[in-house]
Amino acid sequence: MSIISRGFRGKRRDAGDRLPPGQYLVEDFPVLSAGPTPRVPLDRWEFAIDTEAEQTHRWSWEEFMALPAETPTVDIHCVTKWSKLDTTWEGVSLDVLFEDVETAAEYALVYSYGGYTTNLPLEDLLDGKAWIVHRFDGEELEPRHGGPARLIVPHLYFWKSAKWVRGIRLLNDDWPGFWETAGYHNYGDPWREQRYEGD
Amino acid sequence: MRRLTWRPAELVHSSAETATARTLRFRVPGWPGHLAGQHVDVRLTAEDGYTAQRSYSVAGPADGDLIELTVETVPDGEVSPYLTEDMRVGDQVEIRGPVGGWFVWRPADQSPVLLVGGGSGIVPLMAMIRARRQAGSRAPFRLLYSLRDPARRYYAGELRRPDPGLDVTYLYTRSAPEGAARPARRIGLDDLAEGGWPASFEPECYVCGPTGFVEAAADLLLALGHAPERIRTERFGPTGG
Repeated sequence: MSIISRGFRGKRRDAGDRLPPGQYLVEDFPVLSAGPTPRVPLDRWEFAIDTEAEQTHRWSWEEFMALPAETPTVDIHCVTKWSKLDTTWEGVSLDVLFEDVETAAEYALVYSYGGYTTNLPLEDLLDGKAWIVHRFDGEELEPRHGGPARLIVPHLYFWKSAKWVRGIRLLNDDWPGFWETAGYHNYGDPWREQRYEGD
Repeated sequence: MRRLTWRPAELVHSSAETATARTLRFRVPGWPGHLAGQHVDVRLTAEDGYTAQRSYSVAGPADGDLIELTVETVPDGEVSPYLTEDMRVGDQVEIRGPVGGWFVWRPADQSPVLLVGGGSGIVPLMAMIRARRQAGSRAPFRLLYSLRDPARRYYAGELRRPDPGLDVTYLYTRSAPEGAARPARRIGLDDLAEGGWPASFEPECYVCGPTGFVEAAADLLLALGHAPERIRTERFGPTGG
């Protein structure tokens, strides 16, 4: 038997079929983070991919900026219930970054400046599904939104889109990240409403 | 693995905290308990099956299957005006939780604690203050509570009563009470230096409030030498809720 909240009607903004269950639309861009915002000077910034065979591929900021860029427009969905449609970013597809990486690993642990981590299957980062971005809405990415560069994996809840990204470690076994060990779902598909452990 | 299930929750009491905020007490049969600082998801269902859900921090320790939320009315919001204006005792929502294993304080923690709250960000911090009192903890607590003006104080009477080991400082940003030593302004380095703990005491810092406030306060704590891993932040406040 379902529980009815007497007299509740709701706002019912029509987002067509673009709003996953339990989400609502926002126009602003809320910020969520577990600690202070790290500041990363560009001359010390680097991005790395570490394979399970202990091969490391590194990019300095200049090298990263010289890679072919894309400008994805995507919908993003935060586990705290807000969704934002048609966000525009500029950055490098993970397919480009993985071009010369040799791996048989199935899992990725993304790590950030400031110590944040999040995990996902490697296949969720490939085939046009994820980018390392440095611009949002035509502007340089602000530190509080993850600048100088963040991951975006828009098909998963937004905590998987690690801010201040520093690298990706490839692993044979899944290794839960920060929120994944604090009660949140290991995979986080918004369309299956995988918010919390056990969903 | 523990599944978080939606539980029916009946409103048993509602009282005004300020002109725009109410504390709501719900009976949630089978409530598993929670830690101070955790939040819950609240789901409303209309007659025709339309649903909306939002997250709210729990305001204090559970009393059996009774839990309390303090909700600020978001103008033009979807869920909060229903909770604070339309709902009557006996009405029902669904609640699931508790959620969040990071922005929490456990009564076994003995370290000094600095709580820095902006506006409605006081709610999970108040849960920590109440959990401390209930547990008889001797961990020294300091609360810095930033808000626009005195009329916006949540829990004013309770925070006025003596609670040994808890120091409370109000930081008004728009208008301070008559005769206040500190003029109304945004939180600054001196506020955290005077009302907080020295970084050498290695306090656990909990910062909760709107984005701009959280960013500013966390940056100031870093500038005072607090280690980033001891600064826990939680954004709180209206985004259409």
